[in-house]
Amino acid sequence: MPTDAVAPIGGRLSVRKTYKLFIGGAFPRSESGRSYEVRSADGQFLANAALASRKDVRDAVVAARAAFARWSGATAYNRGQILYRIAEMMEGRRAQFVDEVAAFGEDAATVDAAIDRWVWYAGWADKFAQVHGGANPVAGPYFNLSTPEPTGVVGIVAPAEPALLGLVSVVAPAIVTGNTTVVLASETRPLPAVTLAEVLATSDLPGGVVNVLTGRVAEIAPWLASHMDVNAIDLTGVEDTALARTLEEEAAENLKRVVRPPAAPVDWTADPGVERMAAFVEIKTVWHPKGL
Amino acid sequence: MFDYAPAPEARSIVDIKPSYGLFINGEFVDPAEGGTFKTISPATEEVLAEVAEAGPSDVDAAVRAARAAFRTVWGPMPGAARAKYLYRIARLIQERARELAVLESLDNGKPIRESRDVDIPLAAAHFFYYAGWADKLEHAGFGPAPRPLGVAAQVIPWNFPLLMLAWKIAPALACGNTVVLKPAETTPLSALVFAEICQQADLPPGVVNIVTGAGATGAALVAHPDVDKVAFTGSTAVGREIARAVAGTRKRLTLELGGKAANIVFDDAPIDQAVEGIVNGIFFNQGHVCCAGSRLLVQESIYEPLLDSLKRRMARLRVGDPLDKNTDIGAINSAAQLERIRALAEVGSAEGAVPWSPPCELPDRGFWFAPTIFTGVSQAHRIAREEIFGPVLSVLTFRTPAEAVEKANNTPYGLSAGIWTEKGSRILEIADRLRAGVVWANTFNRFDPSSPFGGYKESGYGREGGRHGLEAYLAH
Amino acid sequence: MRRLGDVTAVLDVARSEGTLRTFLHGLPGVDQVGVEQRAAMLATRSIKTTAKAWAIDLAIRMVDLTTLEGADTPGKVRALCAKAQRPDPADRSCPAVAAVCVYPAMVPVAAAALAGSGIRVASVATAFPSGQAPLEVKVAETSAAVAAGADEIDMVLNRGAFLSGRYRQAYEEIVAVKAAAGSAHLKVILETGELATYDNVRRASWLAMLAGADFIKTSTGKVTPAATLPVTLVMLEAVRDFAAATGRRVGVKPAGGIRTTKDAIRYLVLVNETLDDEWLDPSLFRLGASTLLNDLLMQRTRLRTGRYSGPDYFTLD
Repeated sequence: MPTDAVAPIGGRLSVRKTYKLFIGGAFPRSESGRSYEVRSADGQFLANAALASRKDVRDAVVAARAAFARWSGATAYNRGQILYRIAEMMEGRRAQFVDEVAAFGEDAATVDAAIDRWVWYAGWADKFAQVHGGANPVAGPYFNLSTPEPTGVVGIVAPAEPALLGLVSVVAPAIVTGNTTVVLASETRPLPAVTLAEVLATSDLPGGVVNVLTGRVAEIAPWLASHMDVNAIDLTGVEDTALARTLEEEAAENLKRVVRPPAAPVDWTADPGVERMAAFVEIKTVWHPKGL
Repeated sequence: MFDYAPAPEARSIVDIKPSYGLFINGEFVDPAEGGTFKTISPATEEVLAEVAEAGPSDVDAAVRAARAAFRTVWGPMPGAARAKYLYRIARLIQERARELAVLESLDNGKPIRESRDVDIPLAAAHFFYYAGWADKLEHAGFGPAPRPLGVAAQVIPWNFPLLMLAWKIAPALACGNTVVLKPAETTPLSALVFAEICQQADLPPGVVNIVTGAGATGAALVAHPDVDKVAFTGSTAVGREIARAVAGTRKRLTLELGGKAANIVFDDAPIDQAVEGIVNGIFFNQGHVCCAGSRLLVQESIYEPLLDSLKRRMARLRVGDPLDKNTDIGAINSAAQLERIRALAEVGSAEGAVPWSPPCELPDRGFWFAPTIFTGVSQAHRIAREEIFGPVLSVLTFRTPAEAVEKANNTPYGLSAGIWTEKGSRILEIADRLRAGVVWANTFNRFDPSSPFGGYKESGYGREGGRHGLEAYLAH
Repeated sequence: MRRLGDVTAVLDVARSEGTLRTFLHGLPGVDQVGVEQRAAMLATRSIKTTAKAWAIDLAIRMVDLTTLEGADTPGKVRALCAKAQRPDPADRSCPAVAAVCVYPAMVPVAAAALAGSGIRVASVATAFPSGQAPLEVKVAETSAAVAAGADEIDMVLNRGAFLSGRYRQAYEEIVAVKAAAGSAHLKVILETGELATYDNVRRASWLAMLAGADFIKTSTGKVTPAATLPVTLVMLEAVRDFAAATGRRVGVKPAGGIRTTKDAIRYLVLVNETLDDEWLDPSLFRLGASTLLNDLLMQRTRLRTGRYSGPDYFTLD
């Protein structure tokens, strides 16, 4: 992100970052070769972000599905450790994130809140089942236990803003329980999402657990919503009500679990509660007789 | 012959100071009344360090420091910040894991494989687990705004020194309490290094205080009028005294006491794994485990083949230097404990039970007891009723599942039990009927910070671990 | 659990499909988590200095140096046989391996190359690796391999028969192949990766031993997973129990996926802590491997010279 529009005489020229997609733990450009301009709050050119295509969506879903067995099969403790490590890595990059969100008119407090949100969710990994599951006292000589299990591959449309805090707030609750995700970043403020992907790549998070696509939501979200190998879709970031409705209709084809866009503006700094984790789990109930 | 050459873990990784003070209000200080005592390695009897003995005014200073920290710093602090301190501590334990494992084996006598693979990782995991609750207490099922109790007095035993410390301190701090903890007099060192870790984490002074000493220090701590909560792990006898001591006060109390667990093996058990489970149940940590499977209840129809397999397996146990990575069974923690074990073993023989140990070369210095089984034991024998707290297994038989349950429950204790059978419905029915706080089916001695642990009856009350472990440290 | 005191009674269980099935299904189950934990604990044994040197030399002496490729030629097999006899060109004190294992077509080449060396010629047979051929063909292949000079036959269990519950068919095949093998010793490959559960591995081990196997072997090496520590532990326990019941000692051979000295030593530790000293010998324990040998040689050299070695110093057969 260029903070030096003109190189000072005799001064050091910066090495500008290239913003790519994040799929399967790697950073490919869009297979379409396209990009689009990202501008700051006051109209300055910031960077060209990759403009993801339907094939990128396809590849991301394949990567997310491939990563699901290992991520959902990891112990909750292990997932918690990795989410905490993400927070550690983000803390180290705090200054870069602050610069990036500032270009969009957002303040440093949102970055701190985003880092702290990872810490909060890290602590849920080995507790959610205790709060959301339990033994059921059925009327008969049966042991009966309900436990939450991750639903699978979750497609997510991240909030348009705040760029970083909104993204973290929708991704962390999906993956902490063992889901893998394909995330469409904020269309106008995609850069922190890519930097977050760099953090994820250095946090021992297995490739494919989080895949980040940047581009036109109206163009690529329908491919995610209609994909038959995606188990759930989070439409939080879809601001156009007509589009949201179309996406929900597409999602009905394989009965995806749907999280609709919020009815009212969200205070992203408030306690998230457990709803976003609960939205992407299946409750499995097991019976077994008790007898000698 | 495949003899394993000595494979000693390097002692040099841990730097034990010649002496340690008390850890009060964030600093190491000399005791006001000036007493010290020595802590030794039970494997060699060498002196490891000199440790301060906290007298009544030291205990008072520690409680005052904890109270001040609770009122001004820790109590008002948001849960998210408390969480971050606990995460730092967890990470520091992980970073210093090898050093802590060696220290624990030196001071306690347990094999390095156990301190390295069980004690230290679980201690770190406990801090990780409870760090995660600190900012989510309203979701724990204890109401919308749970509050801490205040100052917690915590007294822990010598069998899993750092792990017992983690079981006490992590939930207390997560809930917003401050603590004064007394480690056992034979194993103070890992608690003192933990105090250094608190300093490295920049934990605010007074939140954690460590007062070393023996029974008198513990009694002074428990009796201190400005303590809101007492948590004790140790013998049932002392637990009873503490329960009497807090009667009529405002002090909340949780106790984790002794046990005489039954390990029940049915004729359809997966035999090789059951034998491992029996061995692990009583010989892990030299049997110094409150939840040890110290009574083997074996179905009479498989008695002989099971005993043959058990003896064959016991003959492979490697008793020796705790710092050797291939040691299975280490030293008994103290001369006093060794005497207690010997005395009860003699009682066993005197009452007619038949002892058997595999041939073992025991070192000349240090405190050692060969792994032993007693057969021909019945419920009436003292060695079937009294906790030995050593590597001694009493073997009894049963004919039917109902009889097994009856015998298993026929004890004032109720901490744990084991069930070995391939039949799922039997596991669940028997687990239902056992009056024990922890039931292990086709496994034994498994611990996890998310899994509640604690006893029925005279094994104590309250649970440590899991969501239920928060209850002891919240006001209601 | 059955009482295994009467030898005749035990061997008699195979007399009919019904009795064999009842016997195999009546064996004690194996708890997966328990056996994997026991194997993992034994893998933490730290084998250093003199013990390590002894173990490396023993492991070398237990290697069945193997080549089982469609592309095997006489040249390739001769090179392997030369390596088998002199694994370390720079050190004559290095022991030779136990055997060379090849396809039946290559047996004459191996037999000629190894004549007089004391190293055994092992041949796979019975439509290795799948075993999906008529019994007559499998028996004929066995006889041909023995006639060509094989000292040992590595046959495959009929997994199709086993997994569909036709235990007696699987049993009779082994009996027939053993007869055709004559004085050659017979290893039965269970292909544990296809048997999938430890309970099946225990049952298949017993079936093979009852049928007369001299060795039971984990894998063909053509299927993943091949040998693992817990699977081998289950087989060692079965061998232990069979010896207690019948007095006959059967050997065990893990094969496939054993690449490093550390792996090999872990297998020896399993044997050491499960069976008596007799099994710590090539006559009752083998390691089926190809790349393992060079790692054993490198570790051996490091212990001798104090320096870490590199692949340039060892032959690629």
